[in-house]
Amino acid sequence: MEDMASAPHALPELDEPTLLAGLRGGDAAAYEDFVRRYGTALLVVARRILGNEEDARDALQDAFLSAFKQIDRFDGRARLGTWLHRIVVNAALMRLRQRRRHPERSIDALLPHFTDDEHQIDPPARWPDSAEEQAQRGELLALVRQKIDHLPEDYRTVLLLRDIEELDTEDTARLLGTSRGVVKTRLHRARQALRTLLDPHVRKAQT
Amino acid sequence: MNCREFTEFLDDYLFGDLPEDERAVFEEHLAQCPDCEAYLESYRRTIALEKAALDDETRDALAAAMPEELVQAILEARPLVR
Repeated sequence: MEDMASAPHALPELDEPTLLAGLRGGDAAAYEDFVRRYGTALLVVARRILGNEEDARDALQDAFLSAFKQIDRFDGRARLGTWLHRIVVNAALMRLRQRRRHPERSIDALLPHFTDDEHQIDPPARWPDSAEEQAQRGELLALVRQKIDHLPEDYRTVLLLRDIEELDTEDTARLLGTSRGVVKTRLHRARQALRTLLDPHVRKAQT
Repeated sequence: MNCREFTEFLDDYLFGDLPEDERAVFEEHLAQCPDCEAYLESYRRTIALEKAALDDETRDALAAAMPEELVQAILEARPLVR
């Protein structure tokens, strides 16, 4: 263990079948390889869903333990990393559910509203062509992240799972314990709401 | 088709989930409605910005190694479960 702590990345990387056989055999070196190989990227995933470091670390820890317990049930149809990714997303969602204390905010104010003749009350304006290429692109992207965090949680979660984690509608619905229709509706509303939140900032960038 | 319907089913239109005849109705509305055209374009760019913003963050986060104390905590917990 001392050598490991002083040279944490010195382990040779095992190929996937060897790694899997090692995990199934309870081999400590295989487990360490597994944790180091996937841990960094999956900590990013947990952090994104949970929005804080402590919860993200706890979720990652839960996920690795859960994966280790279930390793005999891994059927090899997906890549090991893909399988583990689902387990991490699930562990993060469980923590998200546990910590939720407030009733969900409504998203209605961020959706388009219509006149009696079905036109938008605030007619959408064209976004400037150059908004994303401007010198302050870094600032714009930071603003986008901030606005994603402002979305009501049920919508933010669907947006992350579908657009960023690239889960399909079916998997997202299964992980959230809801229907495909609800996932599709929430994704569309989340994107609409994010557009509303970004609209004044992007239009201002025109000058 | 009116603007409310266009806005409601925009996502299906954009991601090719509509049958050909319904797509044609969307395109007909789009050709004559500058508001919906602007909305569609900004919606599409919202998705691109959202992905770019989080990719940008991920790139930075991946550059940092996983905290060693977290690796050790996960490794130490292992014998308890197997």
